[in-house]
This record gives sequence, structure tokens and C-alpha cells, in this order.
Amino acid sequence: MSITEYFSLIFSDYTLRNISLGTAVLGIICGMLGSFAVLRKQSLLGDAISHAALPGIALAFLITGGKDSNVLLLGALVSGLVGAFWIRGMISKTHLKSDTALGLILSLFFGFGMMLLTYIQKQPNANQAGLDKYLFGQAATLVESDVMLMIGVTGVALLVVLLFWKEFKLLLFDQDYTKTLGFNPKFIDILITFFIVLAIVIGLQTVGVVLMSAMLLAPAAAARQWTSSLAMMVFLAALIGGFSGVFGTAISATQNNLSTGPVIVLVASLFVVISFVFSPTRGLLFKQIRLIKNRRDLKLKKTLQFMYGIAQTHENIDHPHTIRILNNFQGFTKKSLRKMEENQWILLNKQQWSLTSKGFKEAQNLFNQQPQHE
Amino acid sequence: MKQKIAIQVDDLTVAYNYKPVLWDIDLVIPQGVLMAIVGPNGAGKSTLIKAILGIIDPIAGSVAIYGKPYTKQRKLVAYVPQKGSVDWDFPTTALDVVMMGTYGSLGWIKRPGQREKKAALEALEKVDMLSFKNRQISQLSGGQQQRIFLARALVQNASIYFMDEPFQGVDASTEIAIINILKELRKAGKTVVVVHHDLQTVPEYFDWVTFLNVKKIATGAVKDIFNDDNLTKTYGINYKVAVNK
Repeated sequence: MSITEYFSLIFSDYTLRNISLGTAVLGIICGMLGSFAVLRKQSLLGDAISHAALPGIALAFLITGGKDSNVLLLGALVSGLVGAFWIRGMISKTHLKSDTALGLILSLFFGFGMMLLTYIQKQPNANQAGLDKYLFGQAATLVESDVMLMIGVTGVALLVVLLFWKEFKLLLFDQDYTKTLGFNPKFIDILITFFIVLAIVIGLQTVGVVLMSAMLLAPAAAARQWTSSLAMMVFLAALIGGFSGVFGTAISATQNNLSTGPVIVLVASLFVVISFVFSPTRGLLFKQIRLIKNRRDLKLKKTLQFMYGIAQTHENIDHPHTIRILNNFQGFTKKSLRKMEENQWILLNKQQWSLTSKGFKEAQNLFNQQPQHE
Repeated sequence: MKQKIAIQVDDLTVAYNYKPVLWDIDLVIPQGVLMAIVGPNGAGKSTLIKAILGIIDPIAGSVAIYGKPYTKQRKLVAYVPQKGSVDWDFPTTALDVVMMGTYGSLGWIKRPGQREKKAALEALEKVDMLSFKNRQISQLSGGQQQRIFLARALVQNASIYFMDEPFQGVDASTEIAIINILKELRKAGKTVVVVHHDLQTVPEYFDWVTFLNVKKIATGAVKDIFNDDNLTKTYGINYKVAVNK
């Protein structure tokens, strides 16, 4: 299948439509809520929660004996929540740092989940096959009801984010202050955490336990590079997440045997790389370019400053001087003199230079300039 | 002196694990004073403010604001945290941070509107930061960040202001600007409590002082109790300040 074929089939083919819609919606909710996780400096929380969901899936299967995805995801939700609030409790009640608590819960729950999975696989029951899809995800198994559930959860999450926007922002920026204003930070925190767990759980079938945290972090990290407004960041992250979902699905559908979840994560990571390099304000490339440009600029201004010192000793500032006079000052080249002429700071005449009034003013104001960047 | 009591703290005790940080603090702060809390590092100055504001749970004790429990009087109290306590790389603008001061009176879910924006702009003007209203907070200097925090508290239009080291890491012009605003607040009958480090400026800036070192050493008018005796008791060394008359 080619990419164009894919996009023509996306509306008519049942499976393809489900997968594309599902991954797009998943990308949107993860990008949106992932922004909050990143800004709370709880990037690893998603990783811990998704791993903590695994034993819930296994237990739900053991108890019900069925593989209905809604039931399994309910199990994942419960154990994900237990993991999340266990981490919270650990951090607030003990001396453990959050990374330690996250790491402990992650490996404890994941280990328990893996143990249950191997136990289930050794059962003489043919029904157990396919549970391991929750490890790395298998988008192809998405059916319409799964996608409807994803859309429903995303809708509710969006509503909650809009309703509690002010409270979320306040908590993310300044938790202590939140409390003094009469808001209950614990409630807001639990609300955010609950929806992050929900987003993770509905993504398990598609992306899987292991890679789920990338869905939360990558779009948010990429979006942060392009904007300095919280609303814009959340919006962009949702957009990038949604695009990653669709493009990832397109790539994996058109190439045989490429599993969808990892491809989606790779596409999202590509967005991160592009953002880190090419963002105009925070990107590495433009930062480096600005740095080089500023250095060169300052070198020119240093030369100009030296000329200004000489010019000041004369009554006319445009009195010509020989270029040789600059020789005891290191830091000028023919090229830099030409550049200064281009800037109309000086006039060059054979072996002589003279300061223009523009150059004089520039030198005068060198130390009074405000930084221009916003 | 017949003054109304703005803040009354009774038997306040705070401990982290087994170590007491504040021990049995009784404190009465009259209305309309500009009070410094002084004491060495680890004396519990910030903790005292945080415990009064309910950010930290005390083991024992009670706090009354104008005779009623603090939780019923939150709207009368504004707080300026240490500016190092937040991440200034947060994606938002100066105006937006100041707007946060209006959130308390708005309550849950309700969004700030034109009235709140107008109040925030006025507060920015008071701290001389109006031209920076759309500036990214990460692009502000330390002094400007402190002014933004002060503006955020001013927007709350409170009767009592708690400030945690507002002069830390700010330049002289900001320090003077801030102290002038605080003196104006006092003139308007408000009560201002400031965790303060620079002993030299206490008599110049404040009219009321509390010496703290886990226990309360002394509290009262600067002209009565700001002396070598109390300083020595608080700091444990033989302290001589040049400012004593």
C-alpha cells in the first residue's frame, strides 16, 4: 500500500479508519495531559503508571477469564491508580526522592505483572494468547468500541482541562500560593493525576506499557520549544500528538510488518528533534547562530569604540585617520572595516577612515542598549 | 497603645520528623505595623509564615486573623513566597502571574475577566512594571521577578501581607521601591510581616520586630526591643550593631 492509497482508504476501510482515529485521539489526549506532567517535572510519572497498569490487566484476565478489552483496561486503571497514589504517598510520607519512589513502583508493579503474565501463559487454556500485546501495543486490534471509549475519555479530559484551567495553571506554577488562595492543591493534583492515568490506560492497547510514557512526554517537550504560553503549549502538544498518531499509523500501514506503536513514538520523537534544533527562540541552531552573530557584532563594536576614542580627540568627529593608527589595537581586519562601512559607521578612503555621525552615536550608546529579544 | 490585633498566634509548634523547628510560639501582631522577623539560618522564620498560612501543618497551636480562624479569613491575607520557590521558566507572562492574585476571590472554575485584568494592570503600575506586562517571566531579572510577586499580592487587596525574604537577590533600586510600597501599605492601615535578613536596615525599614530562633525570643516595637541584648540571645554571639543609639 502506498501513502496515497492509505489516505484514500482511511475513510472507507473499517480497520484503517479505527486505527487512524484511535491513534490520533490518543495522541491528542496524551499531548494535552503530558504538558501538565512535563511542567510539573513529573515526566517519569507516566512511565511508572503505565508499567504499574500491567498487573491490573493480568489480574482482570485471571478473575474474569475473558479478554474483553474494556474489562482489562478497567483492571489497568485500578492498578495504575494504585501505583500513582502509592508514589504520591511515598514521596510525601518518607524521605525518598520522587525518582526513587517512581523507580521502585515501576519495577515492583512491572515485575509483578510479568510474573502474572508468564503464569497465565503456562495455563492449559487456549484463551490466554494475545495478552502480551499490552506490552508493546497492537493498534491493529482496535475495534470501533475501543475508539469510541478513547474519544469519550478525551472529551471528558478536554472538558475538565477547560473547566479547571485556572486552577491547573496556578498549581503548576506555584503550589504553596495555590493553598493560600483557598484552593485545595491536593484535589487539583489528584484530578490531574487521575486523567493522566486514564490517558495512559486507554493507550495501552495501541502503544503498550513500555513505550506509553513517550506519548506523554514527546509532544509536550516538542511543543515547549515553540511557545511561551501555557495554552499554546497544550494546544501544540495535542496537535503534535495527533499528527504523530496519524503519520505513525500511515507509515506502519504502508510498510509491511512495522508495528504501529513504536512508529508513532518514533514520529513523535522526530518532532522533538526538529523542535530542539529548529525552534527560533529555544532551538540549538538559532541559539548558536545568534551567539556567533553577537560575538562578531561585539568585535565590530569594540573596534568602533576604539575609533570613537581617537575621533573624540579631534574637533570634527569625521576627521580622517590612517588605518595604520589602528595597528596597536588588535581586532580589526579588512573585512571588519568593510562591514563597518556597510553599517555606515565609518567612511573608508584609500588608507584612511573617518567616523560618521551614525557611527559616533552608535559608539556613544553602546552601553545603554536594551536587549532586543522578547 | 490601643491597637486592634491583626494576627494572634497561640502555642504554635512545628516539627520536621523529630526535630522541632518552631517551639511553642505565642505572637500578637497589632494592626498597622511593618514587622520584621529576624533570626539566624534555620531559626524557622519561613516556617513560621508557612505555618500561619497553613502551608505547613503544625503539630499544635492555633492562628487567628482578626479574632477568627485563618481558614475563615483567607481573603484578608496575601502571601509573597520566596522568588526561588517557583520555576521562572514556566511558560507565561508577567501580567498572567499577577492575574493569579485575583484567582482567590474568583473561586473555583470562574474565569478572570476585564475587571481582574484592570486590577492586575494597576498592580503592575504600582511596582513600576507596566511596560513589562507581556514579557516572558523567564526574561525578567531577579528584582523584576520580586516586583511581579509583590504585584500579585497587591492585587489580592488584602489587609495582611506575609513576605518571605523579599529583598533577597534584588538590587538597591528594587529594594527601595519595595520598601516604599510596604510603607504605603502600612500608612493605609495594613499589616505587613516580612522575613528579613539584613539587621542593619531593620530600624530604618520596620517599626515592629520579632526575634526568632526556634523559640520566640522577643517581639515588640523596634525602638523598645531592637538591642544588643536580644540580638545576642537570638544569634548566640555577642552581637553589636552600629545602629543602636
